[in-house]
Amino acid sequence: MEDHVRMRLIKNHIFKGTVVLFAFISLLPLLLILYYITKNGISVINWDFLMNLPRPIGETGGGVFNAIIGTIILIALSCVFSIPFGIAAGIYLAENSVGKLGNLVRLCVIVLQGTPSIVIGIIAYLWVVAPLHTFSALSGGVALSIMMLPVIVKTTEETLKLIPYHLKEASLALGVPYYKTILKVILPSGLSGILTGILLSVARITGETAPLLFTAFGSQFMNWNIFKPIDSLPYRIFYYAMSPYPEWHTFAWGASFILVVLTLAFNLIARGVSIKWKIQF
Amino acid sequence: MKMGKQQTGTDRSERRFTKTLMVSAVLIACLLFAIALTLLIESIPAIKTFGLGFFIGKTWNAASEKFGALPFLVGTLLTSFLALLISIPFSIAISIFLGEYFKEGALSTFLRSSVEVLAGIPSVIYGLWGLFLLMPLARAIEIRLGVPPHGVGIFTSSLILAIMVIPFSASIGREVITLVPSDLKEAAYSLGATRFEVLKNIVIPYARSGIIAGILLALGRAIGETMAVTMLIGNSNFLPTGIFSPANTMASVIANEFAEATGIVSSSLIYIALVLFLVTMLVNIIGNYIIQKISIEASKEVT
Amino acid sequence: MENSVLTVERFSAYFGDHQVLHDIDLSVPKNVVAALMGPSGCGKTTLIRCVNRMHELLPDTKVAGRMFLNEKDIYTMEPIVLRRKIGMVFQKPNPFPTMSIYDNVIAGYKLNGIRRSREEFNNIVEQSLRSAALWDEVKDYLHRKGTFLSGGQQQRLCIARALAMNPEILLLDEPTSALDPKSTSQIEELFVELKNNVTMLLVTHNIGQAARVSDFTAFIYLGELIEYGPTEKMFTVPKDKRTEEYLTGKFG
Repeated sequence: MEDHVRMRLIKNHIFKGTVVLFAFISLLPLLLILYYITKNGISVINWDFLMNLPRPIGETGGGVFNAIIGTIILIALSCVFSIPFGIAAGIYLAENSVGKLGNLVRLCVIVLQGTPSIVIGIIAYLWVVAPLHTFSALSGGVALSIMMLPVIVKTTEETLKLIPYHLKEASLALGVPYYKTILKVILPSGLSGILTGILLSVARITGETAPLLFTAFGSQFMNWNIFKPIDSLPYRIFYYAMSPYPEWHTFAWGASFILVVLTLAFNLIARGVSIKWKIQF
Repeated sequence: MKMGKQQTGTDRSERRFTKTLMVSAVLIACLLFAIALTLLIESIPAIKTFGLGFFIGKTWNAASEKFGALPFLVGTLLTSFLALLISIPFSIAISIFLGEYFKEGALSTFLRSSVEVLAGIPSVIYGLWGLFLLMPLARAIEIRLGVPPHGVGIFTSSLILAIMVIPFSASIGREVITLVPSDLKEAAYSLGATRFEVLKNIVIPYARSGIIAGILLALGRAIGETMAVTMLIGNSNFLPTGIFSPANTMASVIANEFAEATGIVSSSLIYIALVLFLVTMLVNIIGNYIIQKISIEASKEVT
Repeated sequence: MENSVLTVERFSAYFGDHQVLHDIDLSVPKNVVAALMGPSGCGKTTLIRCVNRMHELLPDTKVAGRMFLNEKDIYTMEPIVLRRKIGMVFQKPNPFPTMSIYDNVIAGYKLNGIRRSREEFNNIVEQSLRSAALWDEVKDYLHRKGTFLSGGQQQRLCIARALAMNPEILLLDEPTSALDPKSTSQIEELFVELKNNVTMLLVTHNIGQAARVSDFTAFIYLGELIEYGPTEKMFTVPKDKRTEEYLTGKFG
């Protein structure tokens, strides 16, 4: 009997050990990736790299200034397209928790969120690039906004649903019309949650490459025109990584470093917003 | 009289407001239908020419205008399943670690935020890292095994995919494990079970359907993942001959060829995109349905 | 006390810095029902959770003092061995939903990897279900999942599950608080019958239940044992003023 108990306890410990071991092994890639990015990336980063345009192979130096600006423009465009629309739909879902349309839209949001980014790239190509006969920042913005949309709708809905009903009742009881109640009472109470959602979705699209391959496309030049092809950090990383030149490979690491810092920053700000501004009910 | 006028003014804003909300919601649904419809219409030339035989055609050749998607289908299935196989022990370990052994505390916070960072790293950076670390590694393994040392191929892509889906499936796994009611676990402990026995006999059976849903959703992720795979799979349009052979997945062939494609090539690629869209849609709907069902059951348990 | 199944000596418990039990002394003789009563939050549930060391599942708990089960020190035993000797029934019926009724009864054996022949298991299942007064109601559905049972039946299934392990003491943590009056009275009758086989420690916030079922009663208030003795005596001539106030409903 004693042996039986001892065996069971040993098994218990072995299992726990295995779980802990496997859990930490899964962090090995993270460690390695961060190590590679820092080791190879940081040495490239300097003022020239940040503020110059890419140069053709053969010339040394050059930078990713246009890619950084391009990424910012693309983010701005997709925010403009998706935020108002996403928040409005999110409010609708939060206010109509039952009902056929609500359920259908909820299902669509789930499907949209799971749609591969490359498919969305094709869609933006067919909708924007093909009719305008040119790759453009605009089409890239459309593709990325389709990727942002489901995240914004979902977080808006979830945030607003958590706001206690009595808040709404209190406002309605004061004679405030329904739409003003939503806009002036409910929405501000959920602001931090919605903002967190937006920041998280921005973090998600900042690194997206696949939808940009045949929309924003990429460019060696500085471009402020949204109807022309535009560069972006992830595209630049892809372009440099797949090239046969070692110098460009180091550039890819440099750009990766900037991109990771950018995505992490968005994530951290999002977390900060959700902790700092959270309204407790 | 004045009151009445004000009333109608408010009414109008009210109506406009609710209408705006509804239109936005309807537009989301329309967006999805428009996506499906666009893909369908644009792939009609390919559907007409190749029909369903498209998916058993082994050659993809622009010169002879023969297009069959079997190599990509096989490439996608092989990479995704291999990736799941590799990732499952790790994601289950993380789920149990966070959902059972270390629910709170410094260790839990550390692992959870690390996994979140892992999830936030862009696909293209995984690809870059794979080119510089996994590719030489795979090449060394291939030389050892005496197979042609491509370095890139299904094996390398599966490795990178496995790393990429771990955070995703682990977070679903953790969620379903924490949904197991604690009174069941307590009952088992009170009968003298060890933690391992509670996990094996109570927690895992109870969370089974959720774990399956998690695996399904991770599969959906793996099937649609594009950039890292495109960079590491070797861009070969021939039917893969083994797990070390270069190949293309449905997503990577689109990434590689769509920008320069015209006519029937373009239509064939969109046909592939349509299938990709439908498959991931199905997987996501089923996976989410299961998850939703169990969380509703769990919330009923509490009340 | 001679012959006592459970002895508690100067026992204290802490959650973090907060002391929830203060120097409890208690002794439960064989084949009785001992009730722990007191207002909610007084520490009675903590006390019985310390008996089978379930409190160790929560983080940041600490105990002082000693407890003995049939003269063996509870806190030097391996918890998994100890818990097999102590049965526990919880507030809410919690049969395992993934197991059949049959498997639920022998869950203790299955979970602990104890092997028995089919026949022995059949016997254990029948005996335990008969003791829990559930056999006649479920004997034709033994291999179905127990989820279709009523709340009272589910709780009796949980009692059978605990009895199947032949416990030296049965801990009952407000076992009827989630049940309707009819199921409650059935289960109370069951406890009186079970006394011949097993010693029971019953936590209840229902004064009537303590009076109906128990032989000994302990009154716990703010983590202290105020009074402990034969139920009849305590209910007729309480020694402590606080006990009297509680029994007359002054604490709510």
